[in-house]
Amino acid sequence: MAFSEGKFTTKDIAEKPDLFLSGHRACAGCASATVLRLIMKATRGPTIVTNATGCMEVASTIYPYTSWAAPWLHTAFETAGANASGIETALKILRKKGRIKDEQVDVIAFAGDGGTFDIGIQALSGAVERGHDFLYVLYDNEAYMNTGIQRSGGTPLGAFTTTSQAGSAVPGKLENKKPIADIMVAHDMPYVATAAPYYWKDLIVKARKGIEVNGPAFLHVFAPCPRGWRSDPAKSIELSRLAVETCIFPLWEAVNGEYQLSTPSKVIALAPQKKKPVKEYLQVQGRFRHLFTPKYEKIIDEIQRLTDERWNRLLKRCGMTPPAKTA
Amino acid sequence: MSSKEKSWKEASPAGVCWKASTTYLTGDWKTYTPIRDLEKCTKCLLCVLFCPDGAIHWKPEKNDIEFDLNFCKGCGICANECPSKAIVMKIE
Repeated sequence: MAFSEGKFTTKDIAEKPDLFLSGHRACAGCASATVLRLIMKATRGPTIVTNATGCMEVASTIYPYTSWAAPWLHTAFETAGANASGIETALKILRKKGRIKDEQVDVIAFAGDGGTFDIGIQALSGAVERGHDFLYVLYDNEAYMNTGIQRSGGTPLGAFTTTSQAGSAVPGKLENKKPIADIMVAHDMPYVATAAPYYWKDLIVKARKGIEVNGPAFLHVFAPCPRGWRSDPAKSIELSRLAVETCIFPLWEAVNGEYQLSTPSKVIALAPQKKKPVKEYLQVQGRFRHLFTPKYEKIIDEIQRLTDERWNRLLKRCGMTPPAKTA
Repeated sequence: MSSKEKSWKEASPAGVCWKASTTYLTGDWKTYTPIRDLEKCTKCLLCVLFCPDGAIHWKPEKNDIEFDLNFCKGCGICANECPSKAIVMKIE
């Protein structure tokens, strides 16, 4: 398959009709909207979409308008995994009974970090365990953004949210982000990957691989949120590049549990001098502003330490040797 | 509510959305408008891919791109990501 090998150009993607339409009410500069548009361009044929409650559900279907040019289902917050397994099973039965044409229909579930890290994880875990054939896309904007920026299991250490305030007593969120993609690899899934919208080709190829794989697939996509991150709307896509370059969000894929680094992160693994300090990523976001005061400076070192630790662990999993420790 | 819209009695069961959002124009949200320098533009189409609102269209028949200001929210992602710096954001 040429598509899942990345044999396409910007022109091929631009010419494919949009399945996620204009006129949705996501904020200006919302990277999640870019992610959804690009992933809907990776579809191979008839596709049914289901959404957990979240920014993209609220912004895309405000009654009576819908931004979806594909069949779309939303029920409750925690049900993205359950919906997807129901749709997939219904299709199987209808096909068996001869009620619908015998053709491949793909199922994609979109959920935010709240609907995946916290609320939806049991439905997702169950759906994966039962082995339903669907692609689960987590667009990760690192907090409950549409209800007013509350912390979630996906919010990183030191970030300001309205429920992890940064002030004289507390330096933002005290806990680090949950390694959700590793948790999904531990489910023995056929396909797990991480992606960032700046590396659009990598993102589309991974989405297509996830759709084509027989069985459940999980795609963790980084989606900067200018409203909640207090960043410049124009920098949303650039932030997703910085997150990869600082190794805060490395790109990799795990096919049948075998980890492999993707090209943008592999470049950094082979030439460690290209790895940027996390400071470059943190300083352009207002939610980390308090870390640049003398009182909380140490948190930056802690974020750097945790990032390096996770990066080195990932390198080992990918069969590469992490750089020797320099004192 | 315009007279053309349905009343609650005629509304779709279970609140199913029946109208394409392309009839809801979000272009009036913006404070900045993208202006493209035709000489600098190499038509790499990265802006078409990165635009969160799908407001930049590729027109193969014209071999050119077109900004749809009816939907552009003026975020400036296109100007920031343009490799040849062909797009600038002007205040309206």
